[in-house]
Amino acid sequence: MKFAVLVFPGSNCDIDCYKAVEEIGESVDYVWHTATDLSAYDCILVPGGFSYGDYLRCGAISRFAPVMAEVAKAAEQGKFILGICNGFQILTEAGLLPGALRRNESMKFRCHDTVLKVVNNDTPFTREYGKNEEVIIPIAHGEGNYYCDEETLETLKRNNQIVFTYGDNPNGSIADIAGICNERGNVIGMMPHPERAVNTLFGSEDGKRMFTSILKSWRDSHDTASIS
Amino acid sequence: MIKATVYVTVKKGVLDPQGVAVQGALHSIGFQEVESLRIGKYMELTLDTNDRAEAEERLKAMCEKLLANTVVEDYRYELEG
Repeated sequence: MKFAVLVFPGSNCDIDCYKAVEEIGESVDYVWHTATDLSAYDCILVPGGFSYGDYLRCGAISRFAPVMAEVAKAAEQGKFILGICNGFQILTEAGLLPGALRRNESMKFRCHDTVLKVVNNDTPFTREYGKNEEVIIPIAHGEGNYYCDEETLETLKRNNQIVFTYGDNPNGSIADIAGICNERGNVIGMMPHPERAVNTLFGSEDGKRMFTSILKSWRDSHDTASIS
Repeated sequence: MIKATVYVTVKKGVLDPQGVAVQGALHSIGFQEVESLRIGKYMELTLDTNDRAEAEERLKAMCEKLLANTVVEDYRYELEG
């Protein structure tokens, strides 16, 4: 399986994402934001950071980077797309996920471990977790306060698109939302950083199963032919 | 040349934490009359056109596509010249 880690000017979690994929022994490339072909990749990681300086709004400028048209195409094709932190902000700005991320209610940049509940373990990204399992994954953001209107929130609930919620809401997100997926389930965005929790040396390895979940999902859909 | 001014504000009903913090600061230094305060963005643009109708149409597209995120923000604009 082949992973891509997108790199925008100002990305700063790209190396963490790259290392996380290495940790599960899969192949991974950095892909610059000007790239116009993602056809070689099965999963696209949109990393955290401050792409384009977060000027105007987080993710507002990055969403027009050439590579984003390819991300939209990959989403359409059903490939796995994981946006983390700034990556989540970019995916909402691009309209690949509903809602928006506002300034934290406390106005503070919050950087610490959080307890997350796996609300939906029936996604390609979370299948290795138990339903409602509590995991420890760190956050590091100033603008992670998820917002959507009532109607969208109802839709998210109805379609089981809320993937992670916070145990102790650190930023004011509605319905304690930490991560959501699209209706089809192949695009996920989350503020916490699973790539920073892939080894007990980091304090937690609870994030690693997101990467192994993706691998397993990919294998399920690609190895079938060779088995039968 | 046409000058354009764009104002982007957090939608009514959406929490504006900056506004709340600044309002609190005003209260703490004696301006109790401040009942609400919203912080927004102010942008000045100079457009290389003399066609006002076209300028307005394109400015609106700029707001919708980039300058405001209409999920959480409202915008308004003024044209002069």
